[in-house]
Parts: sequence; structure tokens; C-alpha cells
Amino acid sequence: MPHGTLPLLYTFHFYLFGIISVVSALLFVTRKSPVAAALWLVNTMFCLAAMYVLLDAPFIGVIQVLVYAGAIMVVFLFVIMLLNLGHPSEIADARGLGAKLIAGAIGVALLAEVFALIKARTPDLLTLPEGYAAAEVARTGAIAPIAGPLFNEYLLAFEVTSVLLLAAIIGAVILGKRKEADAR
Amino acid sequence: MLGEALFFSAILFAIGVVGVLTRRNAIIVFMCVELMLNAVNLSFVAFAQAYGVTGQVFVFFVMTVAAAEAAVGLAIIIALFRHRQTVNLQNINLLKG
Repeated sequence: MPHGTLPLLYTFHFYLFGIISVVSALLFVTRKSPVAAALWLVNTMFCLAAMYVLLDAPFIGVIQVLVYAGAIMVVFLFVIMLLNLGHPSEIADARGLGAKLIAGAIGVALLAEVFALIKARTPDLLTLPEGYAAAEVARTGAIAPIAGPLFNEYLLAFEVTSVLLLAAIIGAVILGKRKEADAR
Repeated sequence: MLGEALFFSAILFAIGVVGVLTRRNAIIVFMCVELMLNAVNLSFVAFAQAYGVTGQVFVFFVMTVAAAEAAVGLAIIIALFRHRQTVNLQNINLLKG
């Protein structure tokens, strides 16, 4: 993203998508119906994809839309509708006041911790020059900066991921399968 | 943009934590976990912009693991629903002594 040309527009859109994503996330947590909650979460994920593009990661933004909003959330909606959980009466909702207070306290503590961490300084030696990532994307395209490390330094992790996916597929099939006795 | 991105990431993560702690519907709790993963991904991408593209590779792995987790977790929820006819976490207390 060209920071240099229109920095104000860039910042405006970053905040816009950030605020929309936070509002959608809040609506997601507070909705009674699981279907509405899932759709608000999809909205959050679309906004996050836009933020990834603004943060010079267009490929990650694309797979965010494809994998998260497109595949994972569709599976969630599919399960909600398969189990017929859409009725508001079915929804066992938020816990009691005590749990809400504890959850709120933990949320505030987490926020405070992370805001304290944002203030921390990182060594300048590690920092890339301004606009480096954008220049890299412009030079080699969106995919090459990720594909390079993925298939060189992280090749072993990549292969292990394939084993993980295979295990997940087998596990999902076995867990979802009806027992022989139930089927009859 | 690093500070702003971390700011939004922190807020989204806290919302996810509060959702996990307050909701009783197993599927919504599960979606809150996905929201937390997304918040961490945002941090990764923001750091990748400042400290090198490797962070984006981690996002890639996080997404893969999230997909595997969603598949297995939803299969567990379906098996649980078939067994108990509910996804209310209050009624699923088999492991409570």
C-alpha cells in the first residue's frame, strides 16, 4: 500500500476497517441467535482481510477471505443449520452475573496488559526500513515473499502441517461417523 | 501502523476471551476461539510489516491449524449433539467429578 502518496487516506481506511471489525466482533459476542453471530463474525473477518491488505499482506488478505470467511465460517453455519440451533429458545445464553463480572475483569486485565506492551520499545536494529514490505510486494508480487520462506526455511513445518490436516480429516470422519449399532 | 494494528488486535482478542467466558452455546464459544486466532493473526501481519515477511508465514500456519481445529471441533460438537441433544455447555459436564 503506498503510504507515501496518500497517508491520510491510508490511515483513515485502516481506522475505518478496524472500528467496523471491533463493532462487528462486539455484535457477534452479544447476539442471541448463532446464525446472526456467525454472520457478524464473517463481517469481522472481511474487515480483517482489508486490514491485512493495508498492512502490505495482500496474499494473506486473500486467503483470509477464501479460507476463513469462505470455508471455515461456512462449515460453522452448516453445522448450526444441520443441528437446527437457530431458534432463540434453544440458545442457552450468557452465564450468570458472577461469570460476566469475572469475564469482564479478565478482559480489562488483558487489554491493560497489551496496551502496556504496545508502549515497549523494540530494538531499531530489527526494524525494517519504512515501506520495505510494500516495496517487496511491488518487486516480486504478492505471493513470492511468503512462498520463499515457506518452501525453504519452513519446509519441515509445511510438511508436518500436511500430516496434521490428514489427522484432522481422519479424526473428523471417525468422530462424525454413526456407530453401527445406532444406524440400525 | 504497528501500534494501531496491535491496538485493534488487543481489543479483538479481549472480546474473544470475554465471549469464551460468558457464552454457553458450544458453537459460539468455538467461534470466539476463531476470533482470538484472527486477532493474533492481525498482530502477526502487523509485525511482519515492521520486522520481516516471516510473520506472514506464521499466519499461514495458524490458518491451517484453525481449519483443522474447526473440522475436528465441529465433528466433536456433532457427536456430542447426537449423544446429548444439546450444545449447552452447562448440560455437558460428564468430566466434572
